[in-house]
Amino acid sequence: MPKSTELIKKQQQWENSTLKKVLDRNPERKAEFTTGSWLPAERVALPRITTDEEYLNKLGFPGEYPFTRGVQATMYRGRFWTMRQYAGFGTAEESNSRYKYLLSQGQTGLSIAFDLPTQIGYDSDDARSLGEVGKVGVAIDTLKDMEILFDGIPLDKVSTSMTINAPAAILLAMYLAVAEKQGVSKGQLNGTIQNDILKEYIARGTYIFPPKPSLRLITNIFEYCSREVPKWNTISISGYHIREAGSTAIQEVAFTLADGIAYVQAALNAGLDLDSFADRLSFFFNAHNDLLEEVAKFRAARRMWAKIMKEKFGATNPKTMMLRFHTQTAGSTLTAQQPDNNIVRVTIQTLAAVFGGTQSLHTNSRDEALALPSEESVRIALRTQQIVAYESGVTNTVDPLAGSYYVEDLTDKIEAGVWQYLEQIEKLGGMVAAIETGFIQKEIQEAAYRYQQEIENGQRIVVGVNQFVIPEEPPSHLLKVDAELQRIQIAKLAKVKSERNQEAVKQKLAAIRQAALSPDQNLMPPILDAVREYATLGEICNVLRDVFGEYQESIVL
Amino acid sequence: MNKKLRILIAKPGLDGHDRGAKYVARALKDAGYEVIYTGIRQSPEAIAQTAIQEDVDFVGLSLLSGAHNELFPRVVQLLREKQASDIIVFGGGVIPESDMPFLKEQGIAAIFTPGTSIAAIIEFIEANRPRVSH
Amino acid sequence: MKDLTQQILNGDIRSIARAISIVENNAPLKEPLLDELYPFCGKAMIWGITGAPGAGKSTLLDRIIAAEREQQRRVAVIAVDPTSPFTGGAILGDRLRMQRHALDSGVFIRSMASRGYLGGIAGATRDVIKVFDAAGYDLIIIETIGVGQSEVEVVSLADMILLVLVPGLGDEIQALKAGIMEIGDIFIINKKDREGAVKLKTEVEYVLRFKNESSAPPNPVIMTAATLNEGIAEVIAAAEQYFQYLTDSGQLEQRRRQRLRQEFYDIVLTKIQQVVENHYNLTQKVERLVELVVEHHEKPYALIEKHLNSILKEIEQR
Ligand SMILES: Nc1nc2c(ncn2[C@@H]2O[C@H](COP(=O)(O)OP(=O)(O)OP(=O)(O)O)[C@@H](O)[C@H]2O)c(=O)[nH]1
Ligand SMILES: [Mg+2]
Repeated sequence: MPKSTELIKKQQQWENSTLKKVLDRNPERKAEFTTGSWLPAERVALPRITTDEEYLNKLGFPGEYPFTRGVQATMYRGRFWTMRQYAGFGTAEESNSRYKYLLSQGQTGLSIAFDLPTQIGYDSDDARSLGEVGKVGVAIDTLKDMEILFDGIPLDKVSTSMTINAPAAILLAMYLAVAEKQGVSKGQLNGTIQNDILKEYIARGTYIFPPKPSLRLITNIFEYCSREVPKWNTISISGYHIREAGSTAIQEVAFTLADGIAYVQAALNAGLDLDSFADRLSFFFNAHNDLLEEVAKFRAARRMWAKIMKEKFGATNPKTMMLRFHTQTAGSTLTAQQPDNNIVRVTIQTLAAVFGGTQSLHTNSRDEALALPSEESVRIALRTQQIVAYESGVTNTVDPLAGSYYVEDLTDKIEAGVWQYLEQIEKLGGMVAAIETGFIQKEIQEAAYRYQQEIENGQRIVVGVNQFVIPEEPPSHLLKVDAELQRIQIAKLAKVKSERNQEAVKQKLAAIRQAALSPDQNLMPPILDAVREYATLGEICNVLRDVFGEYQESIVL
Repeated sequence: MNKKLRILIAKPGLDGHDRGAKYVARALKDAGYEVIYTGIRQSPEAIAQTAIQEDVDFVGLSLLSGAHNELFPRVVQLLREKQASDIIVFGGGVIPESDMPFLKEQGIAAIFTPGTSIAAIIEFIEANRPRVSH
Repeated sequence: MKDLTQQILNGDIRSIARAISIVENNAPLKEPLLDELYPFCGKAMIWGITGAPGAGKSTLLDRIIAAEREQQRRVAVIAVDPTSPFTGGAILGDRLRMQRHALDSGVFIRSMASRGYLGGIAGATRDVIKVFDAAGYDLIIIETIGVGQSEVEVVSLADMILLVLVPGLGDEIQALKAGIMEIGDIFIINKKDREGAVKLKTEVEYVLRFKNESSAPPNPVIMTAATLNEGIAEVIAAAEQYFQYLTDSGQLEQRRRQRLRQEFYDIVLTKIQQVVENHYNLTQKVERLVELVVEHHEKPYALIEKHLNSILKEIEQR
């Protein structure tokens, strides 16, 4: 939007007099200033929104279309965001006690990290699981592990987020089965499964099946939950990992929204009614270092999703237009050098998320670049959120940075860049095609390479890494997963297998195969039946692998 | 003329975080090496077999899940079993200092942790050139 | 070296890999080794697969390897990728798509950068083929991007060429006109799950009508979706049939003889070039000629004609 001509004139005057004098004497530190993602940063931003009409179109009021200022009318004056620390390691027993600790410290939601074999659908006794069991999260082989994981945690009282994608249906089924045993009805359950397979192909790598059957599994979950588990967030469409893979802020939003569009389209194609599932979609973004750019990013994403839902998909229910999101501070910005500095980085990123209007937040622990976070580090990370919430005062007003000339300028710039990508992706035949051709991966890789090169050649300063370096002792007191753990987990699995009803397991697995073979059937009910009989995650995934095949990475270098 | 060095960049284990591996692969290419990249989720057996078929001079392993103590030494051991112990193995990823002595002892020639510059990796490769140029 | 030869004949993986490096590095051992292996060559069937970047060559190969392995055939793949002209480096990424065969002892995949080989990449590839052939691989497949002249030379080392085309690239028709069609035996329309595959097939068949002589069987045109494993059996059936035709009609023999002829030309010319480079300071002499042309307005052809005799004489004397 044009600034007023009067203002432009005044600006030119200023540039030719005051500014020029200073620049002549003291040139600026750099020839060019950009945001962390290379958007041009204006020296002095000027108002962009000059009329009421523009204000209403672009910003509006919180809780109303286009939701730029937030999805709730009162935001943090009503309730703080959910403080949700992603945790999990080792056995179900160990993770269970970490969850109880976190809840006792004032954390308000659980976030379950699974180990890689679980995420890729291998049992702990699979040869491919060697060395990986319990490493980056908790190992779950059967319902038994899930029962232990939530032992003593009332599922009607907590909201649980599970970072699980390719086998999301199976872990959700296990969660439902545990609730059943606790006497909690499905309608009372609150939580989220990540269930976002497209970004696995792009950035995170824990895929199992090819896109088509994967999308079917996802729409099966949408459909099942809309009937049976109405409060469940059936997907968390994630830009977080895309950013971690090295994308720009614009790419993060663009590819995430494009994924979202693909899921909505897939569900509509499967015959689902928009209003039956679309209000259960949630998002997950990264909070990176460039504070103001990040705030702009969140605001732009919100405004755009509302528009997409309304204009592209014809949504009428405001709930389906709201982009609700979880945020995690950027793990890739943590440094192994001078790890305590990470506390400061995380604080800035926390502010970005809060200024950006997040619904929930995970703050990284300072030692995450080195190993699993210690209890003390996790506590500091949680305290960071609490200090911002209770002490900083930024939560007293809704969308405090609205109207900042610079932030509004960046919000517009990000939006423009994202629309451009969305058009390009549409031209390529949609997100699945764009991923299959490697276009998305290539774009991210270019950005990642550039970013890293800048660090290499000192153009981008990382404190403690390429500037302000000190000699350091190797860190001590790092938490490590016991190498014995795999053996223990395998023994536990063997015991469960020997005690279950083999005939029933066989039957239930056969039923899954049958359902998988008929595209019109929903896979959730037979999967739930099978986990109740203690069929293992690996057994169920193998049946599906057999029918669906496996995805092959499409490399671009 | 210098012999063209061939380097295999491989990701053992199950983690899909290939940002680092891909960066190193590309940066080594830009430094003039021939780089073979295998993609994620490679078993130690597949890595060893690939290294031998491609007759590489170096194998660079990247792993972020924490399974390095199990998987890195396994690659070295398999190369030894296949009479290919002249192939130099180095590693990178989230690897605590306390694991390094063990990994070195197991035959991992160098470990590069996050924040290492590519120049350091190149320096390592060039320092070892005499060992592989036969 | 006798040892190495024997190991290669025994199919020892490490030795084969080493021998290929010897070829790639043009090591002193190369020529005697290849001569020792030569008597054991000639049994393998050699395919070339080419097409635009990203056409799906490697994905197809992955599927073809799987199918051939079911027939117990031993398969070797030579995947050629370009060397960066600026840095001399290369990323060899084809292998990734075939990596699930890494542990199959009947499959050998070797990635090659195009480098600046003496005698060209075709020369080096030709010698690598010999190593695989002697080592007893039944089927040797060369993958290369179908763009430049040197790539065409590489793929022409094959007995039979599979040309991969995909819909939607826009430049396909140009490729058809540019004569790349000439070299194809089997035409694969990959990515048939994409729009425009049928149309492309029709166009290809139309163009081929002008190429085929009436006596020969038409070049097969087959639609595939490599990622979905569709059409692979048809490709293999067509390839085998066509190979049979090439054999029966004597064309195979002709092609191989032509290749051998080309090989001798190449080797002789390379040798001469080598001699010139080794025994005659060409760079310096050329510099002088340039000077004469630029400074003294001499005429290039006349000048070279004048000097050629003296050059030859000088070489002879050494
Ligand atoms: N939709 C679709 N995609 C395919 C098909 N075959 C291959 N692809 C995809 O096309 C891309 C390129 O495949 P590759 O097999 O690497 O192609 P290539 O011709 O070997 O590529 P270069 O070696 O880089 O020239 C990958 O993303 C594949 O997944 C197919 O039949 N259908
Ligand atoms: Mg290829």
